Amino acid sequence: MEPLTWGEIALRVISQFTPVWIALIATFYLSIRFKRKLGLYGKLFDSTIGMIGFAIVMFWFFTAVFSGFFDMIATHDPLGQISGMKNKVPGTALRSPDEGEYAYYLFGGDNLARDVFSRMVLGSGIVMMIAPLATVFAFMVGITLGLPAGFYGGRLDTLLSFLANLILAFPVILLFYLLVTPEIVASGIPNYMAAFLFIFPLIFAGVLLNSRYRIQPAKNVPLLAGVLGVLGLLYLSTISAEGTPINFWPTSLDLYDIPSGILVVFVSVVFVNSPTVFRIVRGLAMDIKTRDYVAAAQTRGEGPWYIMLWEILPNARGPLIVDFCLRIGYTTILLGTLGFFGLGLPPESPDWGSTINDGRKLLSIYPHPALPPALALLSLVLGLNLLADGLREESLRD
Amino acid sequence: MGLFILRRLGVMILTALCLTFIVFYLTNLYPNLEKLAKTQGNFRMSDEAVQSWLGARGYMEPLPVKYGEWLGVLPGYVNEADDGKITGRCIAVNMAPEDAPTFCGVIQGYWGNSTVFKDSVWNIVSKRLGLTGWLMLAVMMVMVPGALILGVLAGMREGSKLDRTLSTVSIASTATPEYVSGVIFIALFASSAVGLKWFKGTATSAMDDITWVNFTLPVITIALYGMGYIARMTRASMTEVMTAQYIRTARLKGVSFPNIVLKHALRNALIAPFTVIMLQIPWLLNGVVIVETLFNYKGFGWTLVQAASNNDIELLLGVSVVSVFVVLLTQLISDIGYVYLNPRIRIS
Amino acid sequence: MSKLGEYDGPVLEIDKLSISFFTRLREIPAVMDFSVAVQPGEAVGLVGESGCGKSTVALGVMQDLGVNGRVVGGTIKFKGRDLAEMSKEELRDIRGNEIAMIYQEPMASLNPAMKIGKQLMEVPMIHEGVSKEEAYARALEVVTDVKLPDPERMLNSFPHQLSGGQQQRIVIALALMSKPSLLILDEPTTALDVTVEAAVVELVRDLGKKYGTSMLFISHNLGLILETCDRLCVMYSGEAVERGSIEDVFDEMRHPYTQALFRSIPLPGADKNARPLVAIPGNFPLPHERPPGCNFGPRCDYYMEGRCDEGYIPMEPIEGNDRHVSRCLRFTEIDWDAPIELGEQTEKAKPGKVVLKMDHLKKYYEVAANALFGGGDKKVVKANETLSFEARESETLAIVGESGCGKSTFAKVLMGLETATDGKIYLGDEEIQDVPIENRSTQTISSVQMVFQNPFDTLNPSMTVGRQIIRALEIFGVGANDTERKQRMLKLLDLVKLPRAFADRMPRQLSGGQKQRVGIARAFAGDARIVVADEPVSALDVSVQAAVTDLLMEIQRENKTTLLFISHDLSIVRYLSDRVMVMYLGHVVELGTTDQVFAPPYHPYTEALLSAVPIADTSIEKKHIVLEGDIPSAMNPPSGCPFQTRCRWKDKVAGGLCDTQLPPVRTLGGKHQIKCHLSDEELAGMEPVIKVAAE
Repeated sequence: MEPLTWGEIALRVISQFTPVWIALIATFYLSIRFKRKLGLYGKLFDSTIGMIGFAIVMFWFFTAVFSGFFDMIATHDPLGQISGMKNKVPGTALRSPDEGEYAYYLFGGDNLARDVFSRMVLGSGIVMMIAPLATVFAFMVGITLGLPAGFYGGRLDTLLSFLANLILAFPVILLFYLLVTPEIVASGIPNYMAAFLFIFPLIFAGVLLNSRYRIQPAKNVPLLAGVLGVLGLLYLSTISAEGTPINFWPTSLDLYDIPSGILVVFVSVVFVNSPTVFRIVRGLAMDIKTRDYVAAAQTRGEGPWYIMLWEILPNARGPLIVDFCLRIGYTTILLGTLGFFGLGLPPESPDWGSTINDGRKLLSIYPHPALPPALALLSLVLGLNLLADGLREESLRD
Repeated sequence: MGLFILRRLGVMILTALCLTFIVFYLTNLYPNLEKLAKTQGNFRMSDEAVQSWLGARGYMEPLPVKYGEWLGVLPGYVNEADDGKITGRCIAVNMAPEDAPTFCGVIQGYWGNSTVFKDSVWNIVSKRLGLTGWLMLAVMMVMVPGALILGVLAGMREGSKLDRTLSTVSIASTATPEYVSGVIFIALFASSAVGLKWFKGTATSAMDDITWVNFTLPVITIALYGMGYIARMTRASMTEVMTAQYIRTARLKGVSFPNIVLKHALRNALIAPFTVIMLQIPWLLNGVVIVETLFNYKGFGWTLVQAASNNDIELLLGVSVVSVFVVLLTQLISDIGYVYLNPRIRIS
Repeated sequence: MSKLGEYDGPVLEIDKLSISFFTRLREIPAVMDFSVAVQPGEAVGLVGESGCGKSTVALGVMQDLGVNGRVVGGTIKFKGRDLAEMSKEELRDIRGNEIAMIYQEPMASLNPAMKIGKQLMEVPMIHEGVSKEEAYARALEVVTDVKLPDPERMLNSFPHQLSGGQQQRIVIALALMSKPSLLILDEPTTALDVTVEAAVVELVRDLGKKYGTSMLFISHNLGLILETCDRLCVMYSGEAVERGSIEDVFDEMRHPYTQALFRSIPLPGADKNARPLVAIPGNFPLPHERPPGCNFGPRCDYYMEGRCDEGYIPMEPIEGNDRHVSRCLRFTEIDWDAPIELGEQTEKAKPGKVVLKMDHLKKYYEVAANALFGGGDKKVVKANETLSFEARESETLAIVGESGCGKSTFAKVLMGLETATDGKIYLGDEEIQDVPIENRSTQTISSVQMVFQNPFDTLNPSMTVGRQIIRALEIFGVGANDTERKQRMLKLLDLVKLPRAFADRMPRQLSGGQKQRVGIARAFAGDARIVVADEPVSALDVSVQAAVTDLLMEIQRENKTTLLFISHDLSIVRYLSDRVMVMYLGHVVELGTTDQVFAPPYHPYTEALLSAVPIADTSIEKKHIVLEGDIPSAMNPPSGCPFQTRCRWKDKVAGGLCDTQLPPVRTLGGKHQIKCHLSDEELAGMEPVIKVAAE
């Protein structure tokens, strides 16, 4: 069969993404329709920059969902090698396609004769799974430590800030090399760190509810028991896994295990991001604690945690939401960096960083395997940055 | 001011001690040592053999002792083998044990030897650092003026077309990590398949002779990523200053627009970005590592990767010490510069 | 560059000016059909509440409306030339040279990174192209003119090294550098303390005369306008409603809004029981929700359906007065001399038993001398020195003082946010000076509550109004369950006269006065026995102040609450308080009943304070006392008497006692306490500061 022309490739790629387009159009239609009722999210649709950013982010989100859960969009198995397709240019037809098999490598083949297009599409799933979740955890840690540091100040602040600066002074790549190498993974340090970092959502939720309802024990006790029970089970299932130093939780109650590669990557990304979030939250808390409504809460005898979590935190949400978007982008870049140095994730993984790393070795001769993941990563981060910019602009306005 | 610098220096040394200790701890974990023993000695060593190999070289001592020795505040480890041969940390290969100094650590200038490069860490680090110095210099020369001009131009009239365009450019540049822009640049400008072939896709030759052709791409790649960030900071600071009351005062005093920007706004607007630029240097270190790997420029970043991936403990420690000091030094400079630029703090 | 040629007509002539701001959603008219003329050497006041468009007029004159603002109608002529037709260069020549402007925030108006001398010298260097030396000489001259000490050192300083009052003088100097024909002052003293304000106002007035400058003086304070201006223009919701000479407008007002405004401010003679203030009902309309016809219609006592709500209402001249015009259809029909319909008169409440007693309370802070670089010497700030007083049930005790006098610190100690350094606080018979708030019982906490100053800051912006009140009820343990608390919350809303529907609103949907009402409701949620009100109305507009003050009084009367009213505004203090305590730099300098404090003998500081407060009444004669210099820093208080650096009576005390010794507290009879070295004869010889002129 003839190889496809560039125009045909473009058409076929666009049609491959059909479910994503439909989902995007539906999202935008509904959002714009009801934008006046949707608060800050609705305001986003007043800003062109914000809308473009949101569209790009949602594009990759839907791509991740449809390819990851419904097996759509991707044309081939991301790990499958088809003979004769090694380093073939985009649009090359398969030599002997099986029945029902997609007849072309739309973006060509890589040096192991895998389909570049499918790898790029499925790579979005890994990023979309790790980056936002890791950012959420980083925020949990940063908020839980940053609020008291900013609110109390003094020694506690000095100590926590010193620790945060300590981590920030570490060159990120060195830290990754130190944390993610197999020898260190074998020593179990990442598991202990996971046990430490993942406890923060529990602390956060517990303190959040307790500070609010402590004066109504009848409500407080069952609520706390329920929430902490569920979170605790998730926590124990996450940190306890066979074959690691932390393995005490009975398997019957262990809901799932996280592949150690992913856990290590996750932990290191959370670890690197937390101090920055800490500093932002600390600064916001220091600013907001001088407001009269904080003084009002103090004079009616509210506990410090109520003030931090219910009076200060909700009013810091604007800058935090903006930073959250930016930080997902930054986390995506970090994940790419890890992949680029071949750290953490298995080498055959289709995540974008690893794919770029694979492709770069023959870059001067065959640029096509490295470019699609590079552009994909670029567009996602760009989308997140534009989204953050749009949100910032809209939240500042009236 | 003197007291302030002294306090900062104190914190700096404490930070450096903590960080090197962490690196020391992580590199000296048993699995790492085991790997070291096996790569240096013999891959089929038994567990006991590994133990004794490590023991003979002082690796089995308690961690704080080892760290003290490495620092040079505790006497170096000395081992008397069964055959009476005395070896020790401070005893060089062809040296009589009696002549060897008692202390030999970082403080005494003894940084150890690289197991991969078979050279002293000091030599490697200083040579590689020099190479990276050139790269950084070029990057700073491109990045800082570029970013400041971009930011000031965008920020002086908020919401204008110029602002929108330049802001989008800087957002795009912050969204392009080095490994993405590097790949794109190589594909565009250096690839033999489609490219324009203006530049070279590797910078190996730049180690001896820096030319336009071999150095442009790595420099641009690093500068681009940092540039957007500084430009956005400058813009934010500039727009804030431009809406300040005193700018309105100046405008209503009849000062012309160019003079408002240059005489009244600029100095106030540059205080925040200055801090950012200095804090950007540690971040550049990341870019340097990626770019040196990508373009095969054997500088400091490349050395870091080699040391880390080959478990070259002494070299890795040396590299860490240097990078931690670079980071802390820039923080110090940024603090002092901030105070200097801001008369509100300087004179109080 | 020279000035515009001589011109005989008015310096500034604004004719039917309309200015709008354009947002994404709509056009918002900020100023409509506004006309005013400023004659050479004349000072014209522009008065109105926040949002009435008075600052927009000023910016319109400067042709500096920003990106969104635009003149949509009318003309602004400066010396006969239309500013809208001038080129950018011509405008630049006029700005700073012919028209200069002074703003509210002195600190923000000065470039923090440029020395003051350079900022001053810039003006003549741009406009007249003079040499550096000449510019410096001019700067020195003007700085001397604005009565700043040590002018050369001033020129060589950065703005942050100066106090607020000095900064504002520099801003004035900046405006006068090129001897402009027109000076626009936009609330120039709002950020300053009263005594400093008085000095700055005097300076502006004198310099205006000396330089022959015309002035456009923008303020919300009628008293200040009376002291500075020849003519005034009252604005309401984007329109000028009345214009005329000071005497005409103050004494023969012909617009219902002007009348209502005067009735809602406490003038000497107003009394909370016998002659309560008359608040203007309703709220200021938002710019896009203005009613048809008269903007003031819905809040007006003389409103007539079918006439006032239809069509355009022109400015009509008032017969017999000089250039006195009013925008009211009915001004000829209204009986302007009709006596004020008195509001509900109430009995003066009898003070009950003592509920709060302070005994030699002291609060010292230790602060690092140099905040940034840390370490070094620690300095002790004596925020409160030996505070002793009692407050009784149903009593209003006013605490008066300017910034740094320690009134806020005292509130913090009382509330338990800080603990006392020494001395005792008795709440009933309980000692609470050493009990921080976390160790106080719910009972104690709920019985001492506070109303805060800034309405925009007092409510948590991300929680509904109802939720915030319910939270207070929860924490005070009021109500057995959610339903009961909800009922109680709705009752509290009724109490502060807010519609029950407000329970579901977010604070940003409320106006300043409404927020302050919610703040009051929250303070009374646990049936507080003592309420500390920290300047509760100073940030509100005049017409709203009266309503909120009266509400506070009413709830106090019903609940027999003790009210500690912290304020710097002596007019309102005189109106509502039973006893007054005057503080200066942490010391109580005078304490007595309202009548005692407001009549001689005074403490010298009280005397100056009384003289400094502008009073919007032409029949009042005030003795003119201007204090030199600024309030000393609490970090570095003067030796001896805290007030000795600014006291005009100091030389009447023999032996330089004031410099060396802290005066003892003296009781002058009837529990009137004064902390002063002056002899009894001197004190007895003091004249009253405020005299009502014979009718």
